[in-house]
Amino acid sequence: MKKLAIELTVNGRVRQALVPPRMLLSDFIRQELALPGTHVGCEHGVCGACNVLVGGKAVRSCLIFAVQLDGADLKTVEGFGGAEELHPIQQAFWEEHGLQCGFCTPGMLAAASELLAETPDPTDQEIREAISGNLCRCTGYEYIINAIRSAARKLQAQDAQETAEAV
Amino acid sequence: MKPAAFEYHRPNDLQSALALLKEHADASVLAGGQSLVPMMNYRLAQPEHLVDINRIADLDYVREDGAKLAIGALARHNAVKSAPLIAQHLPLIAHAYEWVAHAAVRNRGTLCGNLCHADPASEMPAIMQILDAEMVLTSSDGTRLVPATEFFTGTYETVRVSGEMLTEVRIPKPPADSGWGFEEVSMRKGDFAWAAVACMLRVDNGKIADLRIAAAGVGDSAQRLTGMETTLNGQTPLVQRFEVAAREAAAELDPPETASVSAAYRRDLICALAPRALNAAVSRAT
Repeated sequence: MKKLAIELTVNGRVRQALVPPRMLLSDFIRQELALPGTHVGCEHGVCGACNVLVGGKAVRSCLIFAVQLDGADLKTVEGFGGAEELHPIQQAFWEEHGLQCGFCTPGMLAAASELLAETPDPTDQEIREAISGNLCRCTGYEYIINAIRSAARKLQAQDAQETAEAV
Repeated sequence: MKPAAFEYHRPNDLQSALALLKEHADASVLAGGQSLVPMMNYRLAQPEHLVDINRIADLDYVREDGAKLAIGALARHNAVKSAPLIAQHLPLIAHAYEWVAHAAVRNRGTLCGNLCHADPASEMPAIMQILDAEMVLTSSDGTRLVPATEFFTGTYETVRVSGEMLTEVRIPKPPADSGWGFEEVSMRKGDFAWAAVACMLRVDNGKIADLRIAAAGVGDSAQRLTGMETTLNGQTPLVQRFEVAAREAAAELDPPETASVSAAYRRDLICALAPRALNAAVSRAT
């Protein structure tokens, strides 16, 4: 089948690839980019496990074709932080037991990241709404909500510190 | 790879897109892909050609067009939901969008795509029908306008024919003194409706006027409840009257019987939700 050339930014790095049009973004991320942090659950848009950030917006990577990302800015869970230094949202999930098996976590991080970028101090209702499209079968959600609340405080403190240092 | 193979086209302007749709009778339009791609992943849909309209920026708008609002084919759900023009003239749409899928799906999916998919339990097809919206169907041979009440012909079926694209939805601005109501019950918020009711009305000298009410999830497609409209227009707004009219309307429906919810329960929901929506509309009408 004819492959099409695409160029996109993945976690800050420019990547080029040849993709068959029918390749889903989720498969492209895992198989072609070799970034297995994005998890594939239902593959029809219900579970939210495969959510990634495209241009800062959370989207289901199983419902987009990789070819559509030509020119786009993609951020996967690997773009948040590493084992050496966790992203504040990841750190909050770690501290608040916001995960057990971890399957839903990459999608939860994408949802939380979009929420906190737009709403730095969300209410619990806003947090619940933001993760309502992400299924978790372990935690019962309460610890995830605690984690996102804690992440909001961490990010706000970080912003305040950066502002103070800039002054 | 789950979807069947297809040929991918990415036109940069509407004319090219329409030419592709004319050339390939079995082409599907790819806008947000939030209904089409799941169907393709299940191989319920196997289009041989996909015409991706995401690069046609001219189609991405919510704008004022005289006495109407016009929403373009590429306007995403979340863009419509948060548009100031919608908040000003059609708060019903912003409110009902809280029940439409979830943020990540609304970031991508489009209103026009959702209408063309014509899921019988989807909210917006019902809402377009009570707002007297017009569907602008465009092909390389021209444009035709179809009232929303005539657009939906069955489950996943509309009057749109091969070669046509729903390029715009035009919605008349409701009179300033109208009130609206929207009520839904689904398994989880964001799931398709077990039953949903939307209505708009005015209260004229203490009497209901211009009532338009529609339901989703209770038939082959979203539908106006014209019996209720006839019964209640010109009447004083009384809860008991709403309940009687809702029972009559529910008795005439033929809701689907599914594993999770029975037809009888869907009828019961109409009996509960329609009076609630009407009460809300009456209290909002000034």
